[in-house]
Amino acid sequence: MLSKRIIPCLDVRAGQLTKGIKFKDNIDIGDPVEAARRYYEEGADELVFYDITASADSRDIMIDLVRQVAEVIMIPFSVGGGIRTVEDMRRVILAGAEKISVNSEAIKNPLLISEGAKAFGSQCIVLGMDVKKVDASSSIPSGYEMVIHGGRIFTGIDALAWARRAESLGAGEICLNSIDADGTREGYEIYLTSLISSNVRIPVIASGGAGNPEHLCDVLTRGRADAALIASMVHYHSYTIRDIKTYLDSQGVKMRMFW
Amino acid sequence: MIAIIDYQAGNLTSVFRALKWLKQECVVTKDYETLCSASHVIFPGVGAAGDAMFHLKRTGLDRVIIQLAREGKPLLGICLGTQIIFDFSEENTTPCLGILPGTVKRFPEDLMSSGALLKIPHMGWNSVSFRTNHPVFRGISDHAEFYFVHSFFPRPDSEEYVLGTTSYGIEFPSAVGAANVVAVQFHPEKSGRPGLAILENFCGWRGTDAE
Repeated sequence: MLSKRIIPCLDVRAGQLTKGIKFKDNIDIGDPVEAARRYYEEGADELVFYDITASADSRDIMIDLVRQVAEVIMIPFSVGGGIRTVEDMRRVILAGAEKISVNSEAIKNPLLISEGAKAFGSQCIVLGMDVKKVDASSSIPSGYEMVIHGGRIFTGIDALAWARRAESLGAGEICLNSIDADGTREGYEIYLTSLISSNVRIPVIASGGAGNPEHLCDVLTRGRADAALIASMVHYHSYTIRDIKTYLDSQGVKMRMFW
Repeated sequence: MIAIIDYQAGNLTSVFRALKWLKQECVVTKDYETLCSASHVIFPGVGAAGDAMFHLKRTGLDRVIIQLAREGKPLLGICLGTQIIFDFSEENTTPCLGILPGTVKRFPEDLMSSGALLKIPHMGWNSVSFRTNHPVFRGISDHAEFYFVHSFFPRPDSEEYVLGTTSYGIEFPSAVGAANVVAVQFHPEKSGRPGLAILENFCGWRGTDAE
């Protein structure tokens, strides 16, 4: 049976990690390539790199980083942040990433999803969704609205409708980030995750709010997520990926335990 | 020298990188002479069967691959490459290479497990129960898992071509082969150590299933 995936997310600014990852045994602090190698060794099922600067300069640094990461980890990884054209996607894929994550760029230009899927296959295109809870209304019937720019700008787009539309445009997967839960370490937003996951046929990665292994267990069972994104839980050494997987395995969540 | 067939079907660089990691001499090529002189040939691919067959036919590589398979050269199919070596794919109703007898089917829409509809594509890590002691799968732990991403799977005409199966709502063939041909639905180049071990086994294989 298919295992649920645990996916560390690495935010990169100008080629350096932003969430000061401090590995215990004197590995370079802030080097994303070392971090990738370490998480690969620890049993991560996939990795996500997010370029939070996403300027023209940083894109070249990112391509170089993707190339270096691809040489040291033999598991899939995706790259997001500032990918606006099929040509941007091509560069990242040729450098060695399996998947491309598009977020606000796809809201501004939904054809980016279909053109990317046509050029590289749906399995390459991950739709990143930043979602905020609002009062349900005729324009936002699900009560969840798509937001961009870190939650500062409301788009007027219903999150559930957008998820379905992106699926029909050819997105192969959804990475669903709750802006309300993000950074709280109080748990994923279970209702939102379950709502989206049960209404699309493509896999859903839950993101935002993980603080302990119980949170992951919750979102992978009640939340019906296919994978869980984690960041600070592992970046700050509160847990290792093996700790998390061992706990989830003991709770009956199917995990890849041999690597 | 290991040759990776280049036919514009997705990301071939990951297979190349995995072989480099294993310190294998390898080349990504569509050149006839290079393919013929290679000791082993890998036929990877992601994307759709229709597009892939279109490119293979347009470049004449379809006939080259059939020839290499008949000549007894060790051939490894990966993902879409695995599907295309069969007679026919339901994806874009595509006639394929016919190296192994069988068809490629789509997962049924009503694929269920424990009362819940399963996601399609089958994406992520899953295990393979290997049926035989095939040299390419020798030494692989029963606990090993491999990275899959696909909506179609091969269904050989005869069980004798099934080397391993995977469970996802149904039990489907995830490793197939005969004689010098072996093919996997998963991505060994993206499956960590167990995947690398399969690639390494293949690189040392002489192309007969009893060694």
